Amino acid sequence: MSGFTTVTGPAAAMPEENIDTDIIFPARFLLLTSREGLGQHAFHDRRYDADGSEVAGYVLNTEPFRAPPVIVAGANFGSGSSREQAVWALHGLGVRAVIAPALGEIFHNNCLRNGIVPVILPPEQVAEMLASAAAGVAFTVDLEAQTVTVGNAAPVRFDISPERRLALLNGWDETDLVLARFADDIAAFEAGQRKIQPWLYPEETTA
Amino acid sequence: MKPRTLYEKLWDAHVIADLGGGETLLYIDRHIVHEVSSPQSFVAMRTKGRQLRRPETHLAVADHAIPTRQRGTIDDPLAASQIAELEANVREFAVPYAEVNGPEQGIVHVIGPETGFTLPGTTIVCGDSHTTTHGAFGALAFGIGASEQSTVMAAQALRQTRAKTMKVELVGTRHPLVFAKDIALALIARIGANGAVGHAVEYVGPAVSAMAMAERMTLCNMTIEAGSRIGLVAPDETTYAFVKGRRLAPQGEMFAKACEYWDTLRSDPGATYDKVVTLDLSEIAPQVSWGTSPNQTLPVSATLPDPAQIADPGERREAEKALAYMGLTPGTPLLGTPVSHVFIGSCTNGRIEDLRAAAAIALGRKVAPGVKAIVVPGSMATRKAAEFEGLDRILTDAGFEWRFAGCSMCVAMNDDRLSPGDRCASTSNRNFEGRQGPGGRTHLMSPAMAAAAAIAGHIADAREFVA
Repeated sequence: MSGFTTVTGPAAAMPEENIDTDIIFPARFLLLTSREGLGQHAFHDRRYDADGSEVAGYVLNTEPFRAPPVIVAGANFGSGSSREQAVWALHGLGVRAVIAPALGEIFHNNCLRNGIVPVILPPEQVAEMLASAAAGVAFTVDLEAQTVTVGNAAPVRFDISPERRLALLNGWDETDLVLARFADDIAAFEAGQRKIQPWLYPEETTA
Repeated sequence: MKPRTLYEKLWDAHVIADLGGGETLLYIDRHIVHEVSSPQSFVAMRTKGRQLRRPETHLAVADHAIPTRQRGTIDDPLAASQIAELEANVREFAVPYAEVNGPEQGIVHVIGPETGFTLPGTTIVCGDSHTTTHGAFGALAFGIGASEQSTVMAAQALRQTRAKTMKVELVGTRHPLVFAKDIALALIARIGANGAVGHAVEYVGPAVSAMAMAERMTLCNMTIEAGSRIGLVAPDETTYAFVKGRRLAPQGEMFAKACEYWDTLRSDPGATYDKVVTLDLSEIAPQVSWGTSPNQTLPVSATLPDPAQIADPGERREAEKALAYMGLTPGTPLLGTPVSHVFIGSCTNGRIEDLRAAAAIALGRKVAPGVKAIVVPGSMATRKAAEFEGLDRILTDAGFEWRFAGCSMCVAMNDDRLSPGDRCASTSNRNFEGRQGPGGRTHLMSPAMAAAAAIAGHIADAREFVA
């Protein structure tokens, strides 16, 4: 995956708590086994009514928020199911950063693995950003500087783990990284654990 | 040494390396694989030319998309191809597999414990948020995404951030028809759907010690609905008795040795938690969710909230939205709300104890006309055990459909799903919008309460069904 630096554009405001991954990506589309092309199903049951026509007035059916690079949401966005399809669908839609007072924990980790920057900020700050987003003010998320800038306001700093930030900036593959850096440590761990909990090594006890 | 909580002991025992910035590389002992979250993980393995580091530490099964009306044929071509893809993947990568038509098929969180794959003291992951369930054995068990699954397959390790700790103490004596499900729902109603975010929850107290494994699993299973990835109960004699003799559990001398180790997996006296919540079970009635988030739950005898009476604007908006989606009138009683469907099953409440509780209510009664009620055992082993006890007869005589094992109407990926406007009394774990089918309305409750709703044709108090 290519690296992330800065994203600028409109932010879709979703002023609602507990927008779960079933809302972001309804379960029936999980039968698709590809991770490509899922953006069309993002927020499907909010965007479309039962006969498939667009729900008028829904933020993602409104210009300029049809493919927003940023989503600003209420607390607990991405809670519920672990489905990474929710993140792939957001990415497919064009989303590169999600701002909320709290995110579902598994969703949060899934974002980091897929080039979407999770931005956790205090509720009051997010409330202000929700209002600015709804008013169409442009957002800039700068991962290098770890800041969100709303229109002409002063940049707001956010926290992210240093290693995760580096991985996102460089588009590194986490598995490659773990294997390259820690293969010996993993083997050493197994050697130690095998002595204390040999029953966890059925491949040896049954062989 | 500083006194440690159970979570801290499990964590410390799996640290491979400190990565700085609050992150740790954690060793992963076990990984459960299902057909829906794993295809892309295997694709990543194949693309990178990687092999599974330790194939024997994985266990695969098809549960989410599998039909429960019959075995042997799968009508939905997408489901059939997804399951075929899982089967091709487990062959290629030599992953142990519980066959679709075999005796061990079932929901990941039911068959892990049943086969002895789930053991105390282990780290267990699965591409499924309800992996919290296995914490009932004193295992550090949590849901992960497909990319993380691929890392576990290749490296047996995952980057994780250590959670804070929360102790949930259950005190007092409960009514015989108040179950772990009611306790979990009451807890979530109290602390909120994000009340435990960032915390590993440990359930303690005499009521927990007295619980069978099934109820401990229900408690831990629902912990994710409070926003936490980890629920825990310390292993004890009840745990060992459950694990002993299971196919994949240590046997003989090795089992005794394992028990000695597992005995150390208890929070030390004096260990401190970041948060403590105490629930008095004598104050908990059977619970029913009324909204679209599990914290929107009330005792069965309560009246629905009236948004006009809610001061907080955010909370008012959430309540208005939920009541509108659910098609409910503010200020009216929950009792008597008509249901069109009843679903008894899922990784939350699809075990033998749950089926017994439902059958006890159904015995000698009939499902109300116009209600479609299905019972979906959590596993084929559970189904067989229930048939041995005659529970299937009790339930089918009452008018329930008796199904094969799978996730079924908890996730609505197979043909078990609600139509818009249908209202379901459900023993599953999520009342999210559309969770049981687009436009479907879900009321979460215990198996006894769901059975009572089936008989009554509306939301009813199970306590009134026993002499």
